[in-house]
Amino acid sequence: MSLLGSGILKGLGVTLKHFIQTYAEDFKYIGKKAGIEPRPLRRQNPGNHGMVTIEYPKEHMVMPENFRYIPFLVKDTVTNEDKCTSCGICAKVCPPQCIWILRTEDPMTKRPVPAPKEFHIDTSVCMNCGFCAEFCPFDAIKMDHNYEITSMSNRKTELIFDKDRLMMPDTYHAGIHPADWARELEDKKAEEAKKKAAAEAKAVADAKKAAAAAAGTPAGPATKTAPATKTAPTPKPPAAAAPAEPAQ
Amino acid sequence: MAEATTPVPPAAKTAARAEKAEKKLVITLATMTPEMMSLQEHFGADLIQPAPNEGVLIADSARLADVALFLHDELHLESIANATATDYVKEGYIELVYHAQHITGGLPLCFKTRVPRGDADTVGLPSLTPLYPGVEFQEREIYDLYGVRFNGHPDLRRILLWEGFNGYPMRKDWHEAYYEQDTKPYDSRWPGGTHRLAEERVPWADNVNYPPNFNPDEYKGIPDAGLYDTMRAEAPTGGPTDTPFLATGIQTDELIVNMGPQHPSTHGVLRMVVKLDGETITDLKLVLGYLHRNHEKIAERNTWLHNIPFTDRLDYITGMPNEMGYVQGVEKLMKIKPTERADYLRVIMCELTRVASHFWSIGFLLNDLGAFYTPALYFITEREFVMDLFDEITGSRMMNNYMRFGGVARDVTPAQFERIRYLVTDRFPKAIDEMERLLSDNEIVRARTIGVGYLSADRCVAYSVTGPVLRASGVPYDLRRSDPYSLYDRFDFDVPVLYGGDVYDRYRVRVLEMRQSLRILEQALAQIEQTKVGDIQAGKKAYVHRVPAGEVYSRVETPKGELGFYMVSDGGQNAYRYHVRSASFINLTALKEMTVGMKVADAVVILGSLDIVLGEVDR
Repeated sequence: MSLLGSGILKGLGVTLKHFIQTYAEDFKYIGKKAGIEPRPLRRQNPGNHGMVTIEYPKEHMVMPENFRYIPFLVKDTVTNEDKCTSCGICAKVCPPQCIWILRTEDPMTKRPVPAPKEFHIDTSVCMNCGFCAEFCPFDAIKMDHNYEITSMSNRKTELIFDKDRLMMPDTYHAGIHPADWARELEDKKAEEAKKKAAAEAKAVADAKKAAAAAAGTPAGPATKTAPATKTAPTPKPPAAAAPAEPAQ
Repeated sequence: MAEATTPVPPAAKTAARAEKAEKKLVITLATMTPEMMSLQEHFGADLIQPAPNEGVLIADSARLADVALFLHDELHLESIANATATDYVKEGYIELVYHAQHITGGLPLCFKTRVPRGDADTVGLPSLTPLYPGVEFQEREIYDLYGVRFNGHPDLRRILLWEGFNGYPMRKDWHEAYYEQDTKPYDSRWPGGTHRLAEERVPWADNVNYPPNFNPDEYKGIPDAGLYDTMRAEAPTGGPTDTPFLATGIQTDELIVNMGPQHPSTHGVLRMVVKLDGETITDLKLVLGYLHRNHEKIAERNTWLHNIPFTDRLDYITGMPNEMGYVQGVEKLMKIKPTERADYLRVIMCELTRVASHFWSIGFLLNDLGAFYTPALYFITEREFVMDLFDEITGSRMMNNYMRFGGVARDVTPAQFERIRYLVTDRFPKAIDEMERLLSDNEIVRARTIGVGYLSADRCVAYSVTGPVLRASGVPYDLRRSDPYSLYDRFDFDVPVLYGGDVYDRYRVRVLEMRQSLRILEQALAQIEQTKVGDIQAGKKAYVHRVPAGEVYSRVETPKGELGFYMVSDGGQNAYRYHVRSASFINLTALKEMTVGMKVADAVVILGSLDIVLGEVDR
């Protein structure tokens, strides 16, 4: 505290600096650099000391891959089938309990079929936590990036999403979550390799068993082969390995 | 409004669940610490017994005040960190739980007492407000939510709910509107889940009921009358006598003014009722609860996992430390530890949050001083880079939902680490320097803040005030040091303390704390390189958690102060009791003492210096 008012002047210096910087950042991009980097990206750069805001309805923020909004269901475009098996894990882990799943029943046997008959998400209840996508063992539900779903009319009709509204092709999913998609493909490959190995092991075991049966030794090796046959049809949930992947 | 839902299967199911939980419930008595021993020696083993799980049990609730006096005067437990209650409906009593602590640090001492459920709102038990004024709001909260009467409390009214509310919602046999089932996940969601709106599901519509003799149509502000009456009753009869105006012969009148709930300076929906003499405040009362949603009741319906995203919504500026407090408590109950990398990531996230939160609060303090938005926006710009990082790493700017039991949800990539390092070593130090250049020597800021809102160290302690407000009054109390958790004992940092006890020193303490946070971050960023990449989850990732029976009081130092989670598990999928001790709520207890005698414009600044967030105050 030396001269009265010097503190205010110092502070005004900061304001002036900010005022000039606002334009300096714009001037930097006027010449050859214009158009190289899209404006929103440039504005959000931590190295930027100028203005960091963008003009929202005209320009949109670049959403990071992990960004989560409302969930959507993934449809496999190759087989044209829903990935969802209506196992109900997403409905169980949902904190506000906004997921309703009606399981399909086989009309003849009355036993459950692994596909949802109805799937509802009340988006006015959803808290965007992402648990459903995180714990889904089949990569069937993912978090969307589209945050512009405001409805001006009735919440009872507009904001309750049914299966048709939720279903998206997996190409869309691959587009917004490239790293996650790459991880899924790798998992699929690994799983197929594993299946193949298991099938080969089974074939070998069967051959052995047949040989043993031919030789007349009972029971012993048959019990040993049982675990191999058990593990083959139930693929391990790939979700557990998901976070280990460094994205990019 | 179709047919009534059949309540039989869920009820039967929950009963079965409860039975199962009961079978598992093994009551272990607390081990006695030396302090508990001396308490027992003084009062005898009949009155002081080891309580189940934790602490001591005072057998006769009428003698609570005697015991508290001994704790205060002989054992020098200066403040009560947390006061709450648990409803044991099957056993037929409500248990009051207090955590008293030394301001020099260490574990808190837990003492409990029991009051039969039937007697709770008639007979009650002695209030501890004369000894520990910091329990004033907490006792009102217990009265409000559990219906326990505290005899000798200066102003025992409902605090979070309004007067037209019937019943005590935290009691286990109370069912909220649109009640579906005691615990989640609800059976109606899967496998036969067809969507139905809550409004249509409950046959008796919104399930609202009023207290006897209460007619909402004729309601004309009954709680306000009660509020103003207590304010008038405290006024000296015959009006003010020693005002300077009397000397000039001008007659003055007392004026009661409502500030809020819709007021730009109250940081949300807080209502301050101030009694004015001219422009000087002579009395102040707070009306809370405009943002109340009974977080605790929701949490007791939720499974353990469901609660993590809900804690983000407590103090929505500081989601990460909130999660940390909760996750840490559940980990203590489950007796697991996070992996080292996950622990480092948690520390990094919490300290980034501290920097961001202090940027925010200092910016808005300036707003309260009348410097509209220019300084605030300079600092919000800096905070925005932390938010962008969180958005990229966790998927959300503020509602992070990042921590899990035994780890965190996602690892941080090298590129993201590089950005954090740039912010910590380059951008933020410069931004803090600039902030100081802008504000610290500014004559207007100094004139408006130095000497305003003074609270002495011992009053701070008595009021259970925590966080920067406490440290600005000269008490070196920071949980990261006084009761270290996570990895904070590995870092070299200081706890900044100033002695002015006014708004200016609270601002200065925050600035110094930001610099210390950057120091911690630098060390954490260096040390995390020695951990294994991708090793972020201890054990297998699961969505069903069986938490062993027990109870825990887990606390962390958030940017606002001490955030505590008191949790009781009965061995099931859900918390039997879940209580949040929030710093903002308890710091508000001291607002009256800071404000009385100040001008009305200063009340806004003092409130700003407390840095409250209504999401945490009203819960």
